Amino acid sequence: MTMVQAINNALDIKLAEDGNVVVYGEDVGVVGGVFRVTEGLQKKYGAERVFDSPLAESAIVGTGVGMALSGLRPVVEMQFDGFSYPAFNQVISNVSRMHNRSRGRFRIPMVIRFPYGGGINAIEHHSESPEALYSHIPGLKVIAPSTPHDAKGLLISAIESDDPVIFMEPKRIYRAIKQEVSTDKFTIPIGKAKVLTEGTDVTVVAFGAMIRECQRAMVMAKEAGISVELIDLRTIYPIDRETIRVSLQKTGRLVVVAEAQRSFSVGSELIAIANEEAFLHLEAPPRRVMGFDTIIPLAQGEKYFMITPERIFYEIEKTVKF
Amino acid sequence: MIFEEFNPSEDKMLKIIDNDGRVVRPDLFPEISDDTIVEAYKAMLFERVADEMAVSFQRQGRMFTYPPNKGQEAIHIAAGNVIRENDWLVPAFREVGLMLAKGVTMKEIFLYYNGNEQGSNFKNAPRVLPINVPIGTQLPHAVGIGYSIKYRKKEDVVFTYIGDGGTSEGDFSEALNFAGVWQVPVIFTIQNNQYAISVPVSTQTNSVNLAVKSVAFGIPGIKVDGNDFFAMYLVYQKASEHARTGKGPVLIEALTYRCGAHTTSDDPSRYRTKEEEAEWELSDPLFRLKKFMEHKGIWKENEEKLREKYKKEVEQQFLDAENFTPYSLEDVFDYMYVEMPDDLKKQKEEYQQFLAWKGNRK
Repeated sequence: MTMVQAINNALDIKLAEDGNVVVYGEDVGVVGGVFRVTEGLQKKYGAERVFDSPLAESAIVGTGVGMALSGLRPVVEMQFDGFSYPAFNQVISNVSRMHNRSRGRFRIPMVIRFPYGGGINAIEHHSESPEALYSHIPGLKVIAPSTPHDAKGLLISAIESDDPVIFMEPKRIYRAIKQEVSTDKFTIPIGKAKVLTEGTDVTVVAFGAMIRECQRAMVMAKEAGISVELIDLRTIYPIDRETIRVSLQKTGRLVVVAEAQRSFSVGSELIAIANEEAFLHLEAPPRRVMGFDTIIPLAQGEKYFMITPERIFYEIEKTVKF
Repeated sequence: MIFEEFNPSEDKMLKIIDNDGRVVRPDLFPEISDDTIVEAYKAMLFERVADEMAVSFQRQGRMFTYPPNKGQEAIHIAAGNVIRENDWLVPAFREVGLMLAKGVTMKEIFLYYNGNEQGSNFKNAPRVLPINVPIGTQLPHAVGIGYSIKYRKKEDVVFTYIGDGGTSEGDFSEALNFAGVWQVPVIFTIQNNQYAISVPVSTQTNSVNLAVKSVAFGIPGIKVDGNDFFAMYLVYQKASEHARTGKGPVLIEALTYRCGAHTTSDDPSRYRTKEEEAEWELSDPLFRLKKFMEHKGIWKENEEKLREKYKKEVEQQFLDAENFTPYSLEDVFDYMYVEMPDDLKKQKEEYQQFLAWKGNRK
């Protein structure tokens, strides 16, 4: 399965299993989304459960709040990362707060899905990585899978979560990675990172589309005799401190890889965690291989902005040689 | 006055020529010279040729995603004939012909869709804003410019554009409301081309039409046949006169059809029929205007020759865009701030160190 198919399969399973699940957004119904993630679902479950909404992100999310607190489990789509912002007011002011505001009287079991990230030669607003914006909001869970298998298991967990979840899908690898994925139902726990490769010299933490770039960089690292431990964060919030602590106590070195802008980012948070959890074990300053603090350039400039395996290796080597 | 006669609440539509180019409302036929008509047709033809070529460059892999304009030329060129040099244009992203009329070049359009921000740095069109992708967010900007104009007691007008889908966004209603309250000189045009990507207008609204949305905001609104050059020309004349003389904003719904895909990444066959497309082809704006000119005996040009000439011009503009100065690291950093923060300078230097390391490695 590709990631597109795996996400479609997860939605299919939950729509079949739980009559409270509804799926909607712009172009989600008839054509099955601009990336065809929801393809075939309207045909299978009807236009009452899988449907096109008017073009209005704020109302898509706002109506989701109303549905969620009255017993449905909406899975809504923001068509692109950069188009999620009209709904930001609903997310920060209501989605994330309703449970706390009502002292637990209302729950918001909704999922807001959107494709994110650059590297596809898109026009403006189609290449953004806003995970830090969403992770900074108390009351949300934020997920970004790196494989079809994880996307499926995490999305099912997200739909079953009684708390609201931001589900970020790395569009660059929507179809780039194929993997054997069971068509049966399975879940992956939210909040648990995964050690993809064990190593001893340096811990590399990444998520989403950057995992593949890290794995390519690790080929170069291996040639240079560097043993890398690669951790896939999978859930950005709640962040898995424990897995990071254990790894850093072993390697003493941290390199964070993410394509978002560097300052005030997930990278910043991971370095804070390194200091809080493993200060006495650190043997080199932690480093961030991340986007510049600039707007992600249009297609011609992406080659400077996007994180390449070579750049990851460059930072790994620097950290190890410190 | 056309705004009274064509009451959107009664779903009336302004139309001057029919699909065969015959005048159905001679009493409303605008004052316009034969030369202007012929030149307008040529401009529509140029837009169409340029647009077709843009799609074909994309298909050849020489350009990234592009949103075609085909079928909506009458709206653009009618506005282009009325808009003045000091008027502002606040576009969405499907108004190429009007952008050209305001002095934007195809080279700039190509540069933009080829992934270079310099394509938004219009050298000869200081009062045209960049193409605006986040749906509807441009409308409040137009209202703000309208406020500046009113504040400075100028007679300029702002032309701004949105699609049918965009009318569902909050910014659409908020902008129209502000415009009504402030009575600013803004002409809002909804290019109702029937689809927001795959979603038909019937999914966007339960209103009888889109022009009727003006009623709630207390501003004049009118539904116009957007494939009828003369109807669009007349409405822009009346609307700009209205706005220019301090009478406030106008909302125009231009009924048209997006003949092409939403963008080159889209496949309309998945959500609409060939029959529907064929039906709309009968009201093609170029065909109708050409018929009109033929009836009147004012069309004496060789269209094929014109097409060839325009193709060559567009090709040259495209080559100029392709051969534009290569994108540099400076292009990523240097426009972020008027005064670049030290931290950003450091990030640029660090990247240059990486590039040096990379160079030595090979």
